[in-house]
Amino acid sequence: MMAAASAVALVLVGVLVFLAVNGGPAVTAGEGELPAHAKNFLALAGPLAFGSLWVAVIALALASLPAVGVALAATIYAPSPRFGRFLGAVLDLLAAVPSVVFGLWGLMVLAPAVVPGYEWAHAHLGWLPFFSGEPSVTGRTVLTAGMVVAVMILPIMAAICRESFALTPPALIEAAYALGATRWEMVRAAVLPVARSGIVAGGMLGLGRALGETMAVAMVLSATPSLISFNVISAENPSTIAAFIASTFPESTGAEVSALIGLGLVLFAISLVVSLVGRRIAKQGGLR
Amino acid sequence: MTATLTRQAPQHAPDAAATLAASTPSWSRRAKNRAASAAVVAAVALTAVPLALVIWAAVERGSARLDLTLFTHSMRGVVGQGGGLLHALTGTLIITGATAIISIPLGLAAAIYLTEYAGGNKLAAITRRAVDIMVSIPSIVAGLAAYALFSLILGPGTRSGLAGAVALAMIMIPVVVRSSEEVLRLVPADLREAGLALGSPRWRVIRKIVLPTALPGLTAGAVLGVARVIGETAPLLLVAGFTDAMNYNLADGRMATLPVFIYTQWSSKGLDTAAYDQRAWAGALVLMAVVVVLQLAARALPPQIAKLRRNR
Repeated sequence: MMAAASAVALVLVGVLVFLAVNGGPAVTAGEGELPAHAKNFLALAGPLAFGSLWVAVIALALASLPAVGVALAATIYAPSPRFGRFLGAVLDLLAAVPSVVFGLWGLMVLAPAVVPGYEWAHAHLGWLPFFSGEPSVTGRTVLTAGMVVAVMILPIMAAICRESFALTPPALIEAAYALGATRWEMVRAAVLPVARSGIVAGGMLGLGRALGETMAVAMVLSATPSLISFNVISAENPSTIAAFIASTFPESTGAEVSALIGLGLVLFAISLVVSLVGRRIAKQGGLR
Repeated sequence: MTATLTRQAPQHAPDAAATLAASTPSWSRRAKNRAASAAVVAAVALTAVPLALVIWAAVERGSARLDLTLFTHSMRGVVGQGGGLLHALTGTLIITGATAIISIPLGLAAAIYLTEYAGGNKLAAITRRAVDIMVSIPSIVAGLAAYALFSLILGPGTRSGLAGAVALAMIMIPVVVRSSEEVLRLVPADLREAGLALGSPRWRVIRKIVLPTALPGLTAGAVLGVARVIGETAPLLLVAGFTDAMNYNLADGRMATLPVFIYTQWSSKGLDTAAYDQRAWAGALVLMAVVVVLQLAARALPPQIAKLRRNR
């Protein structure tokens, strides 16, 4: 038993060592040895790290309000405990849909469907940097990828919000109602303040999930790996670390592979920081 | 007694109606309340609609190829129409099975150590921290780590089903440790103490009392762990690779899996693109059906442990 526990810890050490041994050399690699014609490792990792964060932030922005709303629907607004359980099952199912299926759907169903919306956004909101420039005719843009990832991270965010809403002391709820509060005023006065750290923690864990999301982004996004751009509807999009690894790896050899492993290490570091911060906030809020 | 009293309807004094009327929320407060309720309903719709759309798309576009050939043929020598996903389904079963064989005993043993033996010692703290970190490993990074491990041992560029299973195990082990630990903690302490008081050694108490009591929950956790990894694509794309033919040998060469099959049907299409798209969607439909069955199976189990707790 002790051996098993040590083995679990050793697996993690092993992951770090294997990645460092194989990916380490990439940090000093020069021009010609790296994928996507990058001059050095930083020039490769920088734009991709930007892309990862950009897609993740868009997904987080799109998913957070619905996640809080669904969590409220499953706890405070639920007409019956049965409805709450039903909503929980819907969320579990949504979380269980494989990312490759979401990728296929985002690419073949969602992307063509949002093109008219992007054209409208370009025509009417083109003065915003996000919507300037020609909109993509395929719809395979950062915003579409962000939408798909938002659907994928919504369940985990909603689950954590739901857990923290359920921790609201009933006395607070009764007190708010006794003072004549409407349901919404009760939520604002009693539920949301108590659950604030839970909501933030859910957001951080969702962000961590979004950063690591690979297949859906790799399939939906039509990407230019060296690009840094805030435009969300253009045909030219930045790529993300995970999507770049997945789409480049099968055809890579030698130094390129080691560069991709180095990128994996960078991605691991970013998502580790995000989820450790999230977990710390969750613990402060009294969640597991 | 007090609880029942407060639950009773308030006794209305003659002027209570007037008080209530005065405390009716103003128009703007009621409007805000209604807007908030509408927003909550909209959030539910925003969650349910994408799920419905994805399921609908898979059914609508995948059912065209949901025929017998799909389950009896591989893609060997197939160009254009026809062909099937037997090789991918077999590969998924073999690799997921191997993953479960690695992850469940190891994860369960670690969880038993954490709940039954460790108390609050240092190794337990390190293991818990390691599990926390492993949960946040992006799945593609697990794939890269497995690739790095196997290229250190077998030379660069190797692809095998076993490497895929090792990558998936890195994802599944922390899931199993967490769910098993949670379930083992639900086993009442007095059951253990009763066993120990009768003079049973600790291992016997665990084997005869703790594990049988926790079995439904442990099984549910394991099934959810399998459901979590069976749809993983990225790590398998890196280390198990893809092939059009059957491969039953974990240790030798590329092995197709269902998620990677879906991906490659889309990513490397032949001329007859409709045939490849139909196969991709048919694969998606089969994969979703597998995941839903696993979810339902796991959902059917935990009430037993809830009942068990109520009976105590």
